[in-house]
Amino acid sequence: MRAKNDLELVALSKRYGETIAVDTISYRFAAGTYACLLGPSGCGKSSTLRMIAGHVSVSDGNIILGGADITDLPPAKRGTAMMFQNYALFPHLNVVENVEFSLRMKGVDGPTRRQRANALLEIVDMVNFADRIPAQLSGGQQQRVALARALITEPQVLLLDEPLSALDPFLRIRMRAELKRLQREFGITFIHVTHTQEEALALAEEIVVMNEARIEQAGKTREVFDAPRTAFAARFLGSHNVITMPEGKIAVRTDAIEITAPDAAHMQGAITNIEYAGTHVTLTAVIAGDQEITAHLTDKEFFATPREFGELVGLEWNRQAAHKLDA
Amino acid sequence: MQRTANKLSADLSGWLLSAPIALVLAVFLLAPIAMIVIVSFWGATEYSIYPDFQFENYEFLLGSSVTYRVFLNTFKYAAATWAITLVVGFIVAYFLAFHVRSLKWQVALFLLCTIPFWTSNIIRMISWIPFLGRNGLANSLLLSTGVVDEPVEWLLFSDFSVILAFVHLYTLFMIVPIFNTMIRIDKSLIEAAVDAGASGLQTVWHVVIPLAKPGIMIGTIFVVTLVMGDFITVRFMSGSQSANMGRMIQNDIGLLQYPSASATAVILLVTVLLVIGILLRFVDIRSEL
Repeated sequence: MRAKNDLELVALSKRYGETIAVDTISYRFAAGTYACLLGPSGCGKSSTLRMIAGHVSVSDGNIILGGADITDLPPAKRGTAMMFQNYALFPHLNVVENVEFSLRMKGVDGPTRRQRANALLEIVDMVNFADRIPAQLSGGQQQRVALARALITEPQVLLLDEPLSALDPFLRIRMRAELKRLQREFGITFIHVTHTQEEALALAEEIVVMNEARIEQAGKTREVFDAPRTAFAARFLGSHNVITMPEGKIAVRTDAIEITAPDAAHMQGAITNIEYAGTHVTLTAVIAGDQEITAHLTDKEFFATPREFGELVGLEWNRQAAHKLDA
Repeated sequence: MQRTANKLSADLSGWLLSAPIALVLAVFLLAPIAMIVIVSFWGATEYSIYPDFQFENYEFLLGSSVTYRVFLNTFKYAAATWAITLVVGFIVAYFLAFHVRSLKWQVALFLLCTIPFWTSNIIRMISWIPFLGRNGLANSLLLSTGVVDEPVEWLLFSDFSVILAFVHLYTLFMIVPIFNTMIRIDKSLIEAAVDAGASGLQTVWHVVIPLAKPGIMIGTIFVVTLVMGDFITVRFMSGSQSANMGRMIQNDIGLLQYPSASATAVILLVTVLLVIGILLRFVDIRSEL
């Protein structure tokens, strides 16, 4: 089903001389979704985002937004807006001047643009800081201003380049909720680049896992998490054991592993690490072939039969919980 | 006891560390200025000078219309040189900072800008003379291409040649500080401006210039003070036909009128300090140092 404002990447490539940053990727982002591009650094996710934004030229392929080919349009004419990793607020302008910048460039008159800027500052809850300059704001506040500045252009797609990486962990979780709220309120597509799986899972409705310039796997977040196709995807999404069996590699979720008595067990291993994290306990055991298996137990399960370092235990999982990986 | 001793030696090392520069400044800057101020109140006859405390030098200087004309000329040179070096310096610095991508090329081109400085000021200045003269290269070129029928007279020994030489000598003093502030502008700010729909010129006007202001100010101070204090360029390039404050002082010294020269120097110093004071009001350059 094609909605009007879908963003589609068609065989998109980016080459820098000999190096290929993005290798013929194709994907369609449905209008109004929160999507995350997830991958390790250097996987091409930032290049992809910057191509969509128009800050990096496209080597091959097309970008289609709302039925129009925007591949070669200048950044401000594409219906996209970008929020930069370090926010890139203009240090010599105060908050409201930063937010109204794009309107000023368009020649919108003072009172009108002031009014629109204030309306957006209201939404991001920064009205009281309108006269401050960026250096006087905390990281979280700067981010709100950067969001308001991007949203004032009324984009159909908002592009966020590692938006939370500059914040401390506590703020990160708060701003995460804020991003989600804004996306719901505006109903536009958000494309968020991150290398943190936790962030991607928490925010995204759709997730695009990238590796070595290609899309490793993409789809609805839950579908991707529940059925990673490759060992890379399974490892990168986390909470999965990738186990090499005689019949090939399989992935088993860490919370699907049961710890049993060693004798009759399907697999045996010696415990090498026990980490307590309040609500749960993470056990690591080494099985034959020097493979590590991680089990995620609730604290109740673990303390019902506590285990020791070096103890030999059995590792069991339901046949349904294991699924075969392609690569 | 140990602590007091440490404190003492810390104080002492502080004084000792600042002593060399303090000494140099005292001997070579403060003492001569004090001397000039003192001498500016002395009296003079045709053949001698004598210690005194009188205002005659200043009265004569400020009462003469020549002084004001020379003053005006000094400002004219400073303003014209400033405007041209600013435009040229800004464009060169902008090119180096934003259009030259690799650091290697930035450094190479930057060094290229400094090549003229491998020879002395005066040689660089004098080398204009055969170029600009009545039968010089410039005129031959203009004549042979048919742009003019007769040699152009105002090329040499004119305000034009003076300002040309100033621009040649001092543009680098504008390029360096502007380049230095521009290179520190976060490139993502430029992208953010483009993302917000700013055209190239709008980006320069609304983002680059405001952020390069401290560099522009430092360059301005360099150029204005250098031009206002200069006498040799004006002498050579105007063929001794125009004057600025520096020339007045030089003339007085030639006539051994040290008190009068000192008074002129004091007035010039005060004027330059005032100009710098006004410039500093516009921009806080301390944030850049």
